[in-house]
Amino acid sequence: MIPEIGHFSLMLALCVALVQAVLPVWGAAINNAAFMAVATPAARGQFCLVALAFGALAYAFAVKDFSVLYVAANANSQLPLHYRLAAVWGAHEGSLLLWTLILTVWMVAVTLFSRHLPAPMRARILGVMGFVSLGFLLFMLTVSNPFERLIPAAADGRDLNPLLQDPGMVLHPPMLYMGYVGFSVAFSFAIAALLGGNLDAAWARWSRPWTTVAWCFLTVGIALGSGWAYYELGWGGWWFWDPVENASFMPWLAGTALIHSLAVTDKRGSFKVWTVLLAILAFSLSLVGTFLVRSGVLTSVHAFATDPKRGLFILVYLAVVIGGSLTLYAWRAPRVGLGGRFAFVSRESMLLVNNVLLIVATGSVLLGTLYPLFLDALGMGKLSVGPPYFDTVFVPLMTPALFLMGIGPLAQWKQASLPDLAIRVRWAFAVSAATALLLPFALGRWTPLLSLGFLLAAWIVATAVLNVRERLTAVRGSGLRHGLAGLSRSYWGMLFAHCGVAVFIIGVTCVKGFETEKDLRMNVGEIATIGGYQFRFDGVQEVKGPNYRAGRGTFVVTKDGRPVTRMHPEKRYYPVQNQAMTEAAIDPGILRDLYVSLGEPLDGGAWSVRLYHKPFIDWIWGGCLLMAFGGVLAVSDRRYRLSWRKQEIPEPALAPPRTSEVA
Amino acid sequence: MTRRQKRFATIGVGLVALGLASALVLNAFRSNLVFFFTPTQVSNGEAPQGRSFRIGGLVEAGTLTRDGDGLTVHFVVTDTVKRVPVLYKGILPDLFKEGKGAVAQGRMGADGTFIASEVLAKHDENYMPPEAAAALEKAGATGAGRSRPTTASPQ
Repeated sequence: MIPEIGHFSLMLALCVALVQAVLPVWGAAINNAAFMAVATPAARGQFCLVALAFGALAYAFAVKDFSVLYVAANANSQLPLHYRLAAVWGAHEGSLLLWTLILTVWMVAVTLFSRHLPAPMRARILGVMGFVSLGFLLFMLTVSNPFERLIPAAADGRDLNPLLQDPGMVLHPPMLYMGYVGFSVAFSFAIAALLGGNLDAAWARWSRPWTTVAWCFLTVGIALGSGWAYYELGWGGWWFWDPVENASFMPWLAGTALIHSLAVTDKRGSFKVWTVLLAILAFSLSLVGTFLVRSGVLTSVHAFATDPKRGLFILVYLAVVIGGSLTLYAWRAPRVGLGGRFAFVSRESMLLVNNVLLIVATGSVLLGTLYPLFLDALGMGKLSVGPPYFDTVFVPLMTPALFLMGIGPLAQWKQASLPDLAIRVRWAFAVSAATALLLPFALGRWTPLLSLGFLLAAWIVATAVLNVRERLTAVRGSGLRHGLAGLSRSYWGMLFAHCGVAVFIIGVTCVKGFETEKDLRMNVGEIATIGGYQFRFDGVQEVKGPNYRAGRGTFVVTKDGRPVTRMHPEKRYYPVQNQAMTEAAIDPGILRDLYVSLGEPLDGGAWSVRLYHKPFIDWIWGGCLLMAFGGVLAVSDRRYRLSWRKQEIPEPALAPPRTSEVA
Repeated sequence: MTRRQKRFATIGVGLVALGLASALVLNAFRSNLVFFFTPTQVSNGEAPQGRSFRIGGLVEAGTLTRDGDGLTVHFVVTDTVKRVPVLYKGILPDLFKEGKGAVAQGRMGADGTFIASEVLAKHDENYMPPEAAAALEKAGATGAGRSRPTTASPQ
């Protein structure tokens, strides 16, 4: 009964979505206030209905209702409750439901935080979001219904893929989807502005916080996914350039470009056309990403399902959304105008170059991800694109981008002077060059990439320090504390995010440069040394988990005779899915991770074992979190709150107040 | 420079940069494509010598052996028509099993053994790597080739 309620509320949600997609947009076109006013209650109603459906599915998992096909396929009576609930988004149908739920959450957020927007704008935004959700609801109800019954009911379920039975995997999809779907807000703002023909600086200011929040979620989501791959897949890698990872990375790259381009549109009124295109692009890539991962077209660890009907629906939907918005763009964008002029050397031009580099990077990832699929679909043979391709492309593309990242915030808007900039950054440059040359030698190893990594990281930090110093000297006389307090949160947000990139680069550089790895056979009592640590293997004991049994190894780690830690990697066996799984043991640290995973049992109690010493690897995720923190700081800036509060007083002309600060 | 000349210079620089970037991307792309070959194709000598490629099929039952070091493994990949011996040094993935599908990446050795640098097995018991399935299908053994993940009913 409960699953039927869920199914039924999805149908109702579809009807509401239809109303929401049509009436408000039409109302905005014919200036009918009653039609426009439908948008807010429709969005909230849709949220309630989808939440009800989601609750129904979660309930079916909680009570182990194996007469629901999706539950039977993704849970088991032995599976603990928290993983049963996480199994709601463990596969195709449920993750689409989660996607739609999150979309409606964003819709409600828009109804709550955009009261200051003119009514037609708000109606159009919610209308576009309603249209997006219409597609997803239709998709679920026609070809991937999570509430489909299994009659007669299964005696027990097939269990959740053991790889997904992990706290990281519980959080990763909701975070990632918050990011993906969050770009739908920026997209809807852009489409609404195109429909209304009022693409001005105010539009950019409104979409900025939404885009930044979505970007933060996406950043954290990707970091979680990467961390999960690191400790769960048992190979010690943190990024494989797997199509699934690329699917989340492409919207991130486009979203990063969008954030920067929105800043220019907001501050200077330039780049409008380009910003709109980026907003469309970022969301389109999110859609492509969702479907790439969830339609099962990929040859990949994440490929869960395959069904040609689904594929066709997805292609048609993508064609309608992406094709439709690009057509609208082509029709409307030429009227928008170019906005403020800027010189060849200026902050705008540097941001533009960065934008182009980010988009070229996105394109290269897209090429490497889709090309094998196209060839395969055309029957022209099977091939894959190796990680070396992405490495070769990213280093030369990102090097100039990161260089500009340091210098851009120091350059003036509109027109900057190169000689002046060169004089200002000379110390920052000297410091980073010295770091690049000396640090690798101090650490005992030199390669060009190592130097490049340190150069870029030091450059970003040094220019950030320089930037703060210049700001403080500009307000000299009022004291350091006062000076620091005078800097806006969005300014600090930018610096934190940029320094996050530096931290990330240090992590990547050190891991690539200094990591050591050993695959070896270890007898009980045998000692292996890696990265200055001695690992003694004390054998493997049998242990039993709720829905698996495992061999649990014990490794005693010492350094120079002093005890460091004991590590317990496991080799688990999940009988329901007849699947073995490696559970690595990790001893994390700020300067290094120790990583042990069990291979296979050999004769006489010996095991094949994989040992890693990974210096600075946690800086990779630390950098991502720092980037996201920077984003949060920027969103909490009072300029957004101020402009909102001011506009809550009815105001015919919506030109936002120009603040003098240049974050 | 006049404004007009400046604009042309900007556009010119942009185009050159874009051209360079595309050349870089496409060049890296071409040299990093990893092609896939079936055991039959490999036996017929269609696979490239001295370049990395992928081979896929079933791990023939009873062919998995381990050297004394516990790490070097030998097995045979077959598409039920032709067989190719594979050598791999390292820890095999969890889902690697005899009689199941697997894909290996590496180069041909001089003695006709495929020297794998990487062995991929997919993370689902019922799941056949598409490459491995295609190899079987091509060889005419369609019955064993297709199996559907997740959508299979639990009974």
